[in-house]
Amino acid sequence: MELSGAEIVIQCLKEEGVEYLFGYPGGAVLHIYDALFQQDAVKHILVRHEQGATHAADGYARATGKPGVVLVTSGPGATNAVTGIATAYMDSIPLVVITGQVPLPVIGSDAFQEVDTVGITRPCVKHNFLVKDVNKLAETMKKAFYIATTGRPGPVVVDIPKDVTDPNRKIPFEYPKTVSLRSYTPVVKGHRWQIKKALDLLLSAKQPMIYSGGGVVLGNAAEALTRFARLLGFPITQTLMGLGAFPSTDPQFVGMLGMHGTYEANMAMHDCDVLIAIGARFDDRVTGKIKEFCPHARIIHIDVDPASISKTVRVDIPIVGEITPILHEMCEMVTTGDVKPDPSLFADWWEQIRQWRSLDCLRYDRNSPLIKPQFVIEQLYEVTGGNAYITSDVGQHQMWAAQFYPFDQPRRWINSGGLGTMGFGLPAALGVKLAFPEADVACITGEASIQMCIQELATLLQYRAPVKIVNLNNGYMGMVRQWQEFIYESRYSHSYLETLPDFQKLAEAYGHVGMQIRNPADVRPALEEALRLRDRTVFMDFITDPTENVYPMIETGKAHNEMRMAPGLSDERELA
Amino acid sequence: MRHIISILIENESGALSRVAGLFSARGYNIESLTVAPTQDESLSRMTLVTLGSDEVIEQITKQLNKLIDVVKLIDITAYEHIQRELMLVKVLSVENAARQEVMRLVDIFRSRIIDVSPTTFVIEVTGEKSKLDAFLGSLEPGSIIEVVRSGVTGVMRGERSLTL
Repeated sequence: MELSGAEIVIQCLKEEGVEYLFGYPGGAVLHIYDALFQQDAVKHILVRHEQGATHAADGYARATGKPGVVLVTSGPGATNAVTGIATAYMDSIPLVVITGQVPLPVIGSDAFQEVDTVGITRPCVKHNFLVKDVNKLAETMKKAFYIATTGRPGPVVVDIPKDVTDPNRKIPFEYPKTVSLRSYTPVVKGHRWQIKKALDLLLSAKQPMIYSGGGVVLGNAAEALTRFARLLGFPITQTLMGLGAFPSTDPQFVGMLGMHGTYEANMAMHDCDVLIAIGARFDDRVTGKIKEFCPHARIIHIDVDPASISKTVRVDIPIVGEITPILHEMCEMVTTGDVKPDPSLFADWWEQIRQWRSLDCLRYDRNSPLIKPQFVIEQLYEVTGGNAYITSDVGQHQMWAAQFYPFDQPRRWINSGGLGTMGFGLPAALGVKLAFPEADVACITGEASIQMCIQELATLLQYRAPVKIVNLNNGYMGMVRQWQEFIYESRYSHSYLETLPDFQKLAEAYGHVGMQIRNPADVRPALEEALRLRDRTVFMDFITDPTENVYPMIETGKAHNEMRMAPGLSDERELA
Repeated sequence: MRHIISILIENESGALSRVAGLFSARGYNIESLTVAPTQDESLSRMTLVTLGSDEVIEQITKQLNKLIDVVKLIDITAYEHIQRELMLVKVLSVENAARQEVMRLVDIFRSRIIDVSPTTFVIEVTGEKSKLDAFLGSLEPGSIIEVVRSGVTGVMRGERSLTL
């Protein structure tokens, strides 16, 4: 088969089974767009801004586990995509981003729409390529998909100069069946001796704790984790990125940990004697003050990325490898070995946790005449039966979603945890809805975040991808306002959005259904109505209490046992 | 602690900037960095001298290993090793007595004069960092016009090697 470079790009996507290509055309990719036009296996989704393309592909990847694929032009096309690439990088999401580049002979001449895409993206990709020879194109595409999806996943950029896609130059095409890179061989199998050592330590623990993260979701290890946690009977906490891997409604789950984690999860972290971290990376939002992180614990860490081990917190037993086989091996050792978990060893520990839990740290005022944002999320949980895919933006609403929508399955909770990218939620919801057209997809957002990628409302309509937008509108960049209240003596410097659009009318202008809800009694009916309108995108603008804060909170530099609790809840109460 | 990390890296454009970019992005120190192709021209060998605590060096080696273009690396300071640096120094030397003094120093340091003009010498010195520093310290301070140092390269002793 003889193909041009442009046709090779598309053919490679077909070979990889790519369903959706999120993109935006421009000069440097026009040959590729012409090849795209002449086929219908790969469906192109025309976004309204390249940032939206990367977030949509990212949402698709998070929900499906398959790589998200993006096509943008050179220069501003590539730079607009950078925020989305960095978002995917920080959360280890597999993306293949194809960027057009100016023709080879003019590279370096400050040509029209030229930027050094490989240079700009280098610090926020797993790897990137500049394809200088059409004969290397297929091989490079194969490598890009391989690198993006194996080991610790991540985004890969393939920068293709326009002349490499020249439609008049055809070359024999064969897609490589396999790829091997001498410089890239991800570790897959955990070390058996380390696994045994870890298990011995776990079985001797009196105050054990499981701390699992996004790596469990990415590694499709949710089942293995659930089996492991139940077999041992230990309390388990999950990071923002890990939610759903272990069922949140299971009594063994003590809630999310970290800056806005539950009282019981953070207290248990502080007091545990053995900690097993699984697919988690000891992020600063999780650890709080590093010097006082789990001060009494011996720490086991399972991760596929050796560089994650002992990066910020020194661990005692590292196990590098894929999570599922490691946890399976541990479970096998337990079921076939002589030493069994002895619940009486850690019965007192559970009793302690039950006492911490009885504080009910997520309590909020249910009698307020204003709509409480927590209430909206609780209601959303009920009307969706807890089965919706939830995307979010970044800020208070994101934390409330994590706290008040208990996820029982992995890949249902889709948010930008590492980079904290406002504007992520709406395009991500588009990607999720395309992947799962029959599922309920809701975007929990705020009036500040939603405006950062609001143009994708048009894309939702064009591709008939109806999502439910839950806008928790408190008129402030809520998390900024909260920090200013706590840390800057309520000097609300530029965190108030004085000229908000009428979101109801805005939604209608984009061809969707708009609602504004001001009364707590109207919250549930609005959500029910929105879900009844199955084939429509509904923008629900909930006018919420502008003074509500996210609790508990560990302020920067504080330890896990130094939480700021909601007013009326004392963290000094004698619990033990 | 000062560490010498030897790296085999794909000889591709941009590979060097990946290493340099990693160091600046993560705030690691680079004392010196040398790079050139090896006998296998698909590979370059890089010698990187860096400073850091054991924890930092561990992270540096892990992060370097994570770069897709890095094939193999080793911290040669963890083993018996030899290190060498090449230095070219241009000195101003006009008076006869001063010229005699420079030639004596060259002799003592077992270095070589590789260019002579009526007013200058270019001296080639090879050795460990401390020897090069000592040589510079012995010269008349005002006489040094230029100092060009290659940065450290090194290799492990005996049969231990960094090869594919």
